[in-house]
Amino acid sequence: MQMEALEKFRQETRAWLEENCPPSMRTPMPEEETVWGGRNAKFVNPDAKVWLDRMASRGWTAPTWPKEYGGGGLTKEENLVLQQELRRIKARPALSSFGIWMLGPALLEFANEEQKKEHLPKIVRGEIRWCQGYSEPGAGSDLAGLQTKCEDKGDHYLVNGQKIWTSYADKADWIFCLVRTDTTRKHDGISFLLFDMMSPGVEARPITMISGASPFCETFFTDVKVPKGNLVGELNKGWTIAKRLLQHEREMISGMGLGGVGAGGGIGSLEQVAKEYFGEENGKIASPSLRDHITRQKMDSKAFALTMQRSAEEAKAGQGPGAASSIFKYYGTELNKRRYELLLELMGTKALGWEGEGFTDGEINVTRSWLRSKGNSIEGGTSEVQLNVVSKRVLGLPD
Amino acid sequence: MALVLTEEQQLLRDTATQFFQERLPIANLRKLRDTNDATGFDREAWKEMADLGFAGIMISEKYGGTDFGPVGLGLVLEQAGRTLAASPLLSTVLLCGSAVQLAGNATQRQDILSAIAAGERVMALALEEGAHHNPTRIATKAVADGSSYRITGSKTFVLDGHVADQLIVVARTSGEENDRSGITLFLVDPKAEGVKITRTLMVDSRNAANIEFHNVAVPSSAVLGSVDGGNDVLEQVLDIARIGLSAEMLGLVQQTFDVTLAYLKERKQFGKVIGSFQALQHRMAVLFAEIELCRSVVLDGLSALEERRNDVPQIASITKARLSEISTLMTNEGLQMHGGMGMTDQFDVGLYMKRARVAAASFGDANFHRERYATLEGY
Ligand SMILES: Cc1cc2nc3c(=O)[nH]c(=O)nc-3n(C[C@H](O)[C@H](O)[C@H](O)COP(=O)(O)OP(=O)(O)OC[C@H]3O[C@@H](n4cnc5c(N)ncnc54)[C@H](O)[C@@H]3O)c2cc1C
Ligand SMILES: Cc1cc2nc3c(=O)[nH]c(=O)nc-3n(C[C@H](O)[C@H](O)[C@H](O)COP(=O)(O)OP(=O)(O)OC[C@H]3O[C@@H](n4cnc5c(N)ncnc54)[C@H](O)[C@@H]3O)c2cc1C
Repeated sequence: MQMEALEKFRQETRAWLEENCPPSMRTPMPEEETVWGGRNAKFVNPDAKVWLDRMASRGWTAPTWPKEYGGGGLTKEENLVLQQELRRIKARPALSSFGIWMLGPALLEFANEEQKKEHLPKIVRGEIRWCQGYSEPGAGSDLAGLQTKCEDKGDHYLVNGQKIWTSYADKADWIFCLVRTDTTRKHDGISFLLFDMMSPGVEARPITMISGASPFCETFFTDVKVPKGNLVGELNKGWTIAKRLLQHEREMISGMGLGGVGAGGGIGSLEQVAKEYFGEENGKIASPSLRDHITRQKMDSKAFALTMQRSAEEAKAGQGPGAASSIFKYYGTELNKRRYELLLELMGTKALGWEGEGFTDGEINVTRSWLRSKGNSIEGGTSEVQLNVVSKRVLGLPD
Repeated sequence: MALVLTEEQQLLRDTATQFFQERLPIANLRKLRDTNDATGFDREAWKEMADLGFAGIMISEKYGGTDFGPVGLGLVLEQAGRTLAASPLLSTVLLCGSAVQLAGNATQRQDILSAIAAGERVMALALEEGAHHNPTRIATKAVADGSSYRITGSKTFVLDGHVADQLIVVARTSGEENDRSGITLFLVDPKAEGVKITRTLMVDSRNAANIEFHNVAVPSSAVLGSVDGGNDVLEQVLDIARIGLSAEMLGLVQQTFDVTLAYLKERKQFGKVIGSFQALQHRMAVLFAEIELCRSVVLDGLSALEERRNDVPQIASITKARLSEISTLMTNEGLQMHGGMGMTDQFDVGLYMKRARVAAASFGDANFHRERYATLEGY
């Protein structure tokens, strides 16, 4: 019975996508055409707007969120079908969004009704773009050491301090921000605050990354007034929310190990790249050493994918997320970095161009993505911090 | 992936855990080693394993088996790996039982499978001829002689070869030394004239033998499967063995990890337990991750066999390559983290390391399987 309903859902979904996904949205997406939404949303390709609006109208930009907040109201199984059908037609993501990946799930769990009604539908429709105000110059891995001050001024909060590495702070409309509301306690003195980046006293200065892009910023707050209703959860109880949100962030970043996201901008599989850039002899990649490196990478990727699948199945069977999930952020990002190093070896000097003549867009994309991939094992908690978490929480090793 | 165990499988796992912990703990292997036991495994325990249904786990009920399938077998092997239990599971059940199941005619099946399931026959596969696994480089020849064949050649690393009641010999009936075709499997009586068996003592204290065949006469009824078509069967049998052995290795790896983790929480230096040092913590966390991946590939390999998927060869190579590498890494790290204790014969870590190396070399090490995988995938 359930299988039948699911099959019916698949047929309907397939038909709807067939009708509603514009053909140009079924082609590989260049990085600069990523749709982030927001007040100043840019649609390099006009079809992207059509695609976003149609998906949002069904709540399918956030398929599993409840319908009352604009989500798709789908079960996990239905969402799986939707994702399969989207992959089948190679559909581009209609919306990329910190709101969907990180903030939304946390709001669903911790926000009050008013906050959910206010923020979630706008996230679903891509109307408001969010950034994450966690890290500070003095608080990176030791995030709970953050110092951005937030004072209760009676009818409002007053925020002063500095964040750093705030991705897209210069383009985002709102920020979810960790602030210090009690200086006498470390973890229990942190609160989770939402505010508008247009508020007076907010300034974001872009920082250029090694890849040449400037996605992250130094973000300064000088006497920023924030309405009291923008506090999520209780005062000084923000650390619990912050940690949960980090879990969602890490899950999202882990997926990179599968070589899906930005896996070299449609450059092809490792063995195709090798054959093209290195050549083949009797159907085999001409360098036995490269061939072996590729095999190691493919085998480890497969083993990692199976582990994510196993973990998902365990969760579904009600056995909890399981210890395996604690390794995903570490393993997935390290695997992704290795993949780019291997692409560099396969492509030689063709993957070492910076810009201009002599290189295809795909080749330049590999160079830039290789550089960007280095951040994977830093952002969202470094690899070392992940290993600390595994050894302490999972293995029970003492300090 | 068949991940969530059925009630029947859970019961099987619990039975196996208890059996190996109580009946065949690692002390059993030490005793066999230290007394130079002639058999190399505990025959009574093997009979008990048969009574519990382990010997007939891949064999249908028609022949007295329990027919639990590959996932069930994997559960038993993992527990056997934890205690380094010596038994003919690999030689008799995984290799020879599978070969007969896949290629045997009605008479052969009836005769052999029911004897295996009852724990009454130990069998061995005489395959390897050199220092490295190579299932196609077969120089041993079987020449037709009227209605029978004459086998000549020498085999090495034949698991349980010196105690087998019956051998399956991989011989060449046509073609050149490295040809895929022209290979035939024969059922051979180890007591036949011209068979010379020499036990070889391996570092893991488990059974192996060199076997020479001098013009050994076998009737044509002893052909298992088709003449010249043995490679197809052999590859399937080997993939079953590769995945099954990987399940055993998973148990070995997990046990070494558990023992090492416990040691790290107990051994004190510099006034605190050594498990508090980050240099060791991070290595344990990485090992934990690698072992989680090991578990996933083993489970997927077993499911692939159970579901008769067509990517069995690929997943078998992924699984055996990974378990070969990680069992080497884990046992090396486990030994190192035990300090001087790790170097002693009294501590078990060394035994796990020795078994890990022999298992890694069986049916293809990581190098063999990466090479094979690339070829299967067409690059
Ligand atoms: C591309 C990118 C995007 C980002 N986007 C955002 C964003 O949108 N919002 C935001 O708030 N932050 C963002 N960050 C910041 C990120 O979360 C921090 O960089 C990260 O938490 C590490 O902090 P840090 O840079 O201060 O490094 P540090 O904490 O100074 O670490 C330096 C080195 O020391 C190691 N180390 C630190 N503590 C330990 C320990 N206890 N044991 C062992 N080793 C340790 C680290 O692993 C690292 O190798 C982003 C970072 C990058 C690279
Ligand atoms: C073959 C052999 C011959 C020997 N001959 C002699 C001899 O002739 N005379 C003699 O006096 N001794 C001898 N030794 C002993 C040797 O010096 C010690 O084994 C060695 O110093 C380690 O001490 P341990 O065995 O107590 O290990 P432990 O100190 O208990 O170490 C266990 C593990 O913890 C790690 N560890 C310990 N402290 C730290 C830390 N602070 N940070 C990170 N990791 C840590 C170690 O690296 C090791 O991996 C010999 C040892 C061997 C193996």
